[in-house]
Amino acid sequence: MADLRSDADVVVVGAGPAGIAAAVTAAEAHARVLLVDEGLRAGGQIWRHTDPAKLPRTAKSWLNRLARSAVRVEVGTSVVDMVSGFMLTTESADGPGVIAARRVILATGARERFLPFPGWTLPGVVGAGGAQALLKSGTDLRGQRAIIAGTGPLLVAVAGALGRAGVRVVRVAEQARAREVYRFGASLWRTPGRLVQAAYERFGAGAARYDLGTWVESAAGTDRVREVTLTDGRRSRTEACELLCVGFGLVPATELARLLGCAVQESRVQVDAYQRTSVPDVFCAGEPTGVAGVDASIVEGRIAALVATDRAAQAEPLLAERDAHRRFAERMDTTFALRQELRGLPRADTIVCRCEDVRYEQLTSFWNAREAKLRTRAGMGPCQGRVCGAALGFLMGYEADTVRPPIAPARVRTLLETSHSAESIRGDQ
Amino acid sequence: MDSVEIQVDGRTVRARADGTVAAALLNAGVWSFRRSVSGEARGPVCGMGICHECRVTIDGVAHRRACLEPVREGMSVTTDG
Repeated sequence: MADLRSDADVVVVGAGPAGIAAAVTAAEAHARVLLVDEGLRAGGQIWRHTDPAKLPRTAKSWLNRLARSAVRVEVGTSVVDMVSGFMLTTESADGPGVIAARRVILATGARERFLPFPGWTLPGVVGAGGAQALLKSGTDLRGQRAIIAGTGPLLVAVAGALGRAGVRVVRVAEQARAREVYRFGASLWRTPGRLVQAAYERFGAGAARYDLGTWVESAAGTDRVREVTLTDGRRSRTEACELLCVGFGLVPATELARLLGCAVQESRVQVDAYQRTSVPDVFCAGEPTGVAGVDASIVEGRIAALVATDRAAQAEPLLAERDAHRRFAERMDTTFALRQELRGLPRADTIVCRCEDVRYEQLTSFWNAREAKLRTRAGMGPCQGRVCGAALGFLMGYEADTVRPPIAPARVRTLLETSHSAESIRGDQ
Repeated sequence: MDSVEIQVDGRTVRARADGTVAAALLNAGVWSFRRSVSGEARGPVCGMGICHECRVTIDGVAHRRACLEPVREGMSVTTDG
């Protein structure tokens, strides 16, 4: 059987800002570093690109450092399971693999939170970050009318990106109350260079309206979204569009951390001041520890790598910067907290689990995620609850179910061959 | 910009070479990529491989996530949208 095994002193999972900073920093200590990511190239979602020249300076600088480093980068590779002691099973187009590492840095990022409302499953209803990802992977959306709805500074950033790409952004609906958003805006001067970038970004051509305290009520169309109804709780208005971009904030991706046995509380991987998780030799950096943005991710990646390569003293000067980013993130969470009205959006027949087409009326808040899964198949489809999990947490109060391998859909061949390979590796040791 | 030719449901479509299959389909006006278990039309949502709504058949292999798949010259894509 082919040798599936690759060895590393440090394996970094996720090649976004946190993972790149961690990998580059670890490699500076001459550690053998392996960086794996599901995407087509390093950069993660925020630094996703087809043309590196268009990236912000920080992104270019880190990607250059990565290219010049001795880090081995494996893209198009999903981590699907853990065999034992940090032997991670992977799958890529080249087939299965097993990574044996002494230390693991988790930088698995975050994903968008979607909330169900009537019509949210129509083609043309995409994530706000999803729309940006589609643009960055070559989609031409020129001339389409878009409505952007949900919460958080990402909406404004996406409006800017779509506007620059020739999309006619009709309206941006922010569910947070105007009072909260203004208070947050006024406090931004304390943390320049961060959200300012998003908050003050231009909307591009045909400047859209930015409606505060407004949220999406429903979308309608046949096989494609044609119109969207927005409300401020008193009045509703319906607008025609070809694209509805929705995002209700970001949710940390904690599946791999939970699979490795790391403590997770309130959807966040628990780490100490040195980015150490509850499991020895497993570190976590960036959004999985709580969504705090790109600058926080970079500094956390550096701290994790310094500690993982036994240079904790060099991490000390970075801790204060990290803490400042974290305090900022807490203010964001307060400002853009989800309003209760959003719980009332699904109708009885609204689909809540898109993979299995489970409808709202099939669920009850007396269950937990496990019971809902067993009784209705909610969360059992290919996305494994990555979309409906956060939604049902918000709507029903379900706690996340325990993760079970494989954490990403994998071929049977991967599971078979990697378990054989892992046994032979264990035999060698 | 470099482009490639791919087949989408038997139709020849020209796509930018540095894009994904999802981008190629959307640019060709295809928004419904698959049918859900109850028969609804579905298309890309997350754009980053998480939601699995953009699954298509590529060169005979079912359930490929179009948003993660780079286009290649001569590729054959089948939707059931």
